[in-house]
Amino acid sequence: MPVLPGSDSSLSLDGQGKPLWLCCELTYRCPLACPWCSNPLDFDLYRDELSTEEWKRVLREGRELGALQLGFTGGEPLVRKDVEELVAEASELGYYTNLITSGMGLTEKRLVALKQAGLNQIQLSIQSCDRDLTDKLVGAKAHKHKLEVARLIKAHGFPMVLNVPTIRQTLDRTEDILAMAEELKADYLEYVQIQYYNWAWLNRDELLPTREQVERADELVKAFRERMAGRMTIYFVDHDYYMGRPKACMNGWGTIHFTIAPDGTGLPCQEARVIKDMDFPSVRDHSLEWIWHDSPAFNRFRGESWMKEPCRGCPERKKDFGGCRCQAYLLTGDAANTDPACALSPHHHVIEAAIEDAFRPRVHRPLVMRRPRAVSTAFTGGWDEAPSPP
Amino acid sequence: MAADARVQLDDCFEINPMYLFRWEETQDSHVLLYPEGVVKLNEGAGAILSRCTGDKPVARIIEELKEIYSDPESNATLEKSLLEFLEVSHARGWIKLKS
Repeated sequence: MPVLPGSDSSLSLDGQGKPLWLCCELTYRCPLACPWCSNPLDFDLYRDELSTEEWKRVLREGRELGALQLGFTGGEPLVRKDVEELVAEASELGYYTNLITSGMGLTEKRLVALKQAGLNQIQLSIQSCDRDLTDKLVGAKAHKHKLEVARLIKAHGFPMVLNVPTIRQTLDRTEDILAMAEELKADYLEYVQIQYYNWAWLNRDELLPTREQVERADELVKAFRERMAGRMTIYFVDHDYYMGRPKACMNGWGTIHFTIAPDGTGLPCQEARVIKDMDFPSVRDHSLEWIWHDSPAFNRFRGESWMKEPCRGCPERKKDFGGCRCQAYLLTGDAANTDPACALSPHHHVIEAAIEDAFRPRVHRPLVMRRPRAVSTAFTGGWDEAPSPP
Repeated sequence: MAADARVQLDDCFEINPMYLFRWEETQDSHVLLYPEGVVKLNEGAGAILSRCTGDKPVARIIEELKEIYSDPESNATLEKSLLEFLEVSHARGWIKLKS
């Protein structure tokens, strides 16, 4: 008999070359206007969404590649009327199906239909514990509806993940937010630092929390996690700007995660299109199998041969894979550089400068809300020339 | 049984409904699926969890596995490692006592 597992060493999250996670961004449309949205700044130009039949092909091919976890996300996926049909198809294919939603557009009728279609769990985003604060942050009357939706999700027996993105404006409310998660009987709480790409990057100076805020929240979450042991699983995503260590982004490029954007573009992560000097293939032109195994885009940062110093000779590379390629591109001009969130990066000063800029005494700028044509991307491309480290 | 208590031979466990436990052809193994997570189980773990059906006391699961894996050397440690695995599984919330 094979040795029975008693510890983590016998468990495996390694995809062994298979995309365990298929993330389907059904649409970029959304009734909310969150100023940290991860969708592209020109999201409203992506009108040519995959059809129901095209998504079904994506689901079939993803399953053939070995994908187990499926996330329907957006934008707000429920803007599309075919979510129930796609959930049914996904369940039939054997996925564990996650709906990642703002709750907007979720009614009891749709919940029942989703349950019947075989949906396994719902991840609901909620931004704060305070109605006025949430509504201001998302640019719509949403808080009350989100609380109602949370109760309906539980009443219909779904495992519920509460996803709370944290920013300067909300982190001081951590205690109340944790109490809200307990009151709503969330099974999982993701208390996450937002990541600075696209809209969040645009608004970074106003959204970035202080080190003290992050550390205080960290302590509160630790105590809460102990108290909730056995009742709620809590993921606290730390702030890479303050850790000195980069995040193990996507568990490595092209290792377990496969995103399909609303227009059918295949991406190793949802943000990858911020890397302007790369071309990403579309499921309209290629099979998922070719995109995953053979496309230049998915192979570009696989393994370690692309790494530069200091990653190349660093033992940490086995844990963090050099951090985030998108952040390396955005902040250093070369996606193959060490993520500047790493204290060992020769570009780490750009992180320190960003923190300093954000807290320089000044008049605070208004938040740019995620709305169509709120900004123009007509004159922005990539870097003109990558800067050299000092 | 409390969260940190020892597993008893007459306990009956079932898979926590929060988890989806099934055979996965592409991994050639049993897997546990849960919100945003996958656990790939080795053969022994899969054999145990597939018997956590809510109607089998732990003692019977041990007997069944001893019949399947008749190697005397590993049988000596089978009971101990099986109980340990059930304790770990229970602590992780994969299984719960049939109420």
